[in-house]
Amino acid sequence: MGMVLSNERLTDGVYHLKVETNSGGKMGQFYMLRAWDAYPILSRPLSIHEVNEDSIEFLYHVVGEGTEIFSRLTPGDSVELEGPFGTGFPLVEGKVALIGGGIGIAPLYYCAKQLPGSDIYLGFSREAYRTEAFRPLADELTVDVGGFILDRADFGQYDHVFVCGPHPMLKAAQLRGIAAQESGSKTKVYLSLENRMACGIGACLVCSVSCRDGQRKACADGPVFLSEEVIFHD
Amino acid sequence: MTKMSTTIAGVHFKNPIVMASGTFGFGREYGKLYDVSLLGGISGKGLTLHPKAGNPGTRVYETASGMLNSVGLENPGVAAFLEKECPYWETLDTARLVNLGGGTLEDYVLGAEMIQRDADLRSSLGKLAVDMIELNISCPNVKEGGIAFGIKTSEAQKVVQAVRNATKLPLAVKLSPGAENIVEMAQMCEEEGVDAVSLINTISGMKIDVRRRSNVFNNLYAGLSGPAIKPVALRMVHQVAQNISIPVIGMGGITTATDIIEFIMAGASVIQVGTYNFMNLRAGSQLVEELEQFMVQENIQSLDEIRGII
Repeated sequence: MGMVLSNERLTDGVYHLKVETNSGGKMGQFYMLRAWDAYPILSRPLSIHEVNEDSIEFLYHVVGEGTEIFSRLTPGDSVELEGPFGTGFPLVEGKVALIGGGIGIAPLYYCAKQLPGSDIYLGFSREAYRTEAFRPLADELTVDVGGFILDRADFGQYDHVFVCGPHPMLKAAQLRGIAAQESGSKTKVYLSLENRMACGIGACLVCSVSCRDGQRKACADGPVFLSEEVIFHD
Repeated sequence: MTKMSTTIAGVHFKNPIVMASGTFGFGREYGKLYDVSLLGGISGKGLTLHPKAGNPGTRVYETASGMLNSVGLENPGVAAFLEKECPYWETLDTARLVNLGGGTLEDYVLGAEMIQRDADLRSSLGKLAVDMIELNISCPNVKEGGIAFGIKTSEAQKVVQAVRNATKLPLAVKLSPGAENIVEMAQMCEEEGVDAVSLINTISGMKIDVRRRSNVFNNLYAGLSGPAIKPVALRMVHQVAQNISIPVIGMGGITTATDIIEFIMAGASVIQVGTYNFMNLRAGSQLVEELEQFMVQENIQSLDEIRGII
């Protein structure tokens, strides 16, 4: 159980939630949250946006019943949260690019704090948000609205590229990673996947991901996977 | 002192709360959140003889007071379970049900024989990892085997008979609410020497994405679980319990201590908790506490007092 400290609307349907807890977490990990008793049945996985000594911050997009309820939370309300769960981004060395599409920017803020000097690319379909918070953390910040953010980054010049965004973007990022490697660069691309989850701890297998070495769990083995491990079916 | 314990085919359940197959993995993940040895029992993720990757596409969808799933029996296979999970199960002080499902008749038998051989080997070393086999003839999410055996009593009988002959371990058969006649199905199990029946598995359901004009699940239909199915489950448990003399393991939408009491009053010996594990990751330990409190409040000394009173 955690108390809501703030729940600020950033733009249409996008909110910045801060919950009091000292459970911490690593970059790319997530929490299972619920702000209701029984229904909807499932808790909602939200990735860690920022970790403070006595609170965790989340960035979320209202896409359904659960996030709609989150959007109505006000300071002093309580939410149930379990976590942190999952295997996040590795703490790497070298030149890093953080690339986020839409609400996929959520986990990258905490990454930016852990990996100072990264180049940060934030893409949005209609309206940019939260970009000014990223600016002081970036070596170079690129913001794109309405375009294709992956087009702005040259994968080959980075040692590591972290990507979080919608499904088509992750697939495209995988191809760009392969292309960069084929042209001789040693770029490693990590993708943060967003799958529907039920338990969030690796027991129910509803978030299963096809990987080269078999089925893996997005909630426990991921949500972050080395790009070339993932097999996209669609 | 309240008595929550009961025994099925010589297997001791310290309380009637058993975690349902498919919602609890093999217990390890929940074991990080609470001591799973507090539970009456656990039923492991449904196994098939060979590993299965499960179904592609969407695997879960929420519904009013419930959820649909189409995992499709993703599992590591019997051999990997025996090798990798049984050493952990040996350490648990709870009734351990291995759920054996899906595939051909031959696969069921080979799977049961492997489990039996492993149990014999462990027993010769003074160890025990599996207390009971829960035979799943009712998984709605796999094309071959699974529910195909769960609909017609005569088809189910072939599997039940063959598996009964393949193992000396206590055997429960998990029944589908889609059975043509669930009472007849349960009676057949009793006649074949099965030790208990467990019911109900999920109810076959469907979801359509109207904007995409397509079915949500690649398999078209999926299994409905959660509180939405509780009244149906309770009725079936009652009907079956009225007509057989072997123990009934009841399940379907249980989320509270009073739900558990309802199933016990309907005739269940023990119950299973499934979907509630997703609603509350600490469901198991909390329900054990709640049930004990409820029994004290209602002055129920033993569950035997109220079992099957309806």
